[in-house]
Amino acid sequence: MGVQNRVALVTGSGSGLGETTVMMLAQNGAKVVVNDVDQAKVDKVVKKIKSAGGEALGVAADISKKDQVQDLVQKIVKQFGTVDILVNNAGIARDKGLLKITEEDWDIVLDVNLKGPFLLSQTVVPYMKERKFGRIVNISSRAYLGWPTQANYASSKGGLVSFSRTLALELAKHQITVNCIAPGLIQTPLYDALPDNIKENLMKSQPTKTIGKPEDIGYGVLFFADDEADYVTGQTIFICGGKSVLSSLSV
Amino acid sequence: MQIKGRVALITGSASGMGRGTAEIMAQHGVKTVINDVNQGMVDEVVKGIKEAGGEVMGVVADITKKAEVEAMFKQVVNTYGRIDILVNNAGIFRDKAFLKMTEEDWDKVLEVDLKGVFLCSQEAVKYMREQGYGRIVNISSRAWLGGPGQANYSAAKAGVVALTRTLALELGKRGITVNCIPPGLIETPMWHSLPEEGKERLLKAQPMGRIGSPRDIARTVMFFASDEAGYINGQTLYVCGGKSLFANIG
Repeated sequence: MGVQNRVALVTGSGSGLGETTVMMLAQNGAKVVVNDVDQAKVDKVVKKIKSAGGEALGVAADISKKDQVQDLVQKIVKQFGTVDILVNNAGIARDKGLLKITEEDWDIVLDVNLKGPFLLSQTVVPYMKERKFGRIVNISSRAYLGWPTQANYASSKGGLVSFSRTLALELAKHQITVNCIAPGLIQTPLYDALPDNIKENLMKSQPTKTIGKPEDIGYGVLFFADDEADYVTGQTIFICGGKSVLSSLSV
Repeated sequence: MQIKGRVALITGSASGMGRGTAEIMAQHGVKTVINDVNQGMVDEVVKGIKEAGGEVMGVVADITKKAEVEAMFKQVVNTYGRIDILVNNAGIFRDKAFLKMTEEDWDKVLEVDLKGVFLCSQEAVKYMREQGYGRIVNISSRAWLGGPGQANYSAAKAGVVALTRTLALELGKRGITVNCIPPGLIETPMWHSLPEEGKERLLKAQPMGRIGSPRDIARTVMFFASDEAGYINGQTLYVCGGKSLFANIG
């Protein structure tokens, strides 16, 4: 039932959505792995989980580097024996108009947001196949539908949706599900830092007239990661208060 | 998951997926309303849930008749004081090749599968608006993407998706969310009634090589219907073992 005793890795869980998600998985009885590039952030979240009585391992690693990904997974397997749940959450943005996006802006966003999930999935899937159980949850973004100044970011997040769908088909026979969550507006430090008039405009265009909380995303992850979610695969659900309905690509 | 104590009406819940959903919701402490057109079947499900310790009432009503729908919701609110969750599950099909489909086949399927959803939602929303809280979960079908022999059924179920999206936009600011589940192949009495070779052919086309159970639908209904799902709105989530990926609207 649920995620009890499952081993769950959440990338980019040193802060924001990832931190909340990894904490929620731990609260629900999963053995969790906190990953981020920043060791101090990793340590902080691991400490929080442990002091709340949860089981956690922290590993600082850059998920866009193959050797670091392999090392990360090795450490998890050594400690917990396997990886049951992989949440590809780590992501970065470098928003700029098309003509101002440098090659480096393009590469780094694609490397972290899309190549990272590829490398991680490829590394953990053999363990999942062996145990005939796996849950991969990819955190995309509503921006994959297209958004000005996000040519790199939107492409990476759109790629993540396609990647999820392909993997779902390839792995369906191995009892491994692959699903995708596309968050809309969520209250994170990034949102809080916006000027008030921009926040107001954003809020106005929300069908619910509310903004989501990191917990809303964590709740979606728990749904897909659940032992019992075994007939749900290849799906993309927006957690966005209904804003996705205003776009043509939202079913 | 916070859902205990909520009041949920599930249409067409005397058998199949609706019944499975109602029973599992009742196990989670939801006050459950069983609705169907057949009194005997409603009574049986109510009895089973009561014996298992659940809180439940049964209402026989034809959801295509406005007066019966109004009376049904009145009865629910009189008994439980509110209506938090509406699961529009009732559905019928009359599969036929396009040229063999009679006007009656068309009307009947559209009335139950689409107009019934409209009537029940309209009535439920009257109460949900006052509460400032509501969860509507519509059961569409993967067949809305198109299926030979299902001109009427697929049109009705596509209508359910569109209705979901429109209501989500209209009601979002009132604390009411509206979401949609298109099930794929699920083990129901209908599945068991298929000939063996038909079943085999269908199974072969499943990415997972198997079908789902009513439980798969029930837990997804509860996901959308829980208190925590307040920011999930207007969504269509297939529970189909990945089969939806072969269609271009996925």
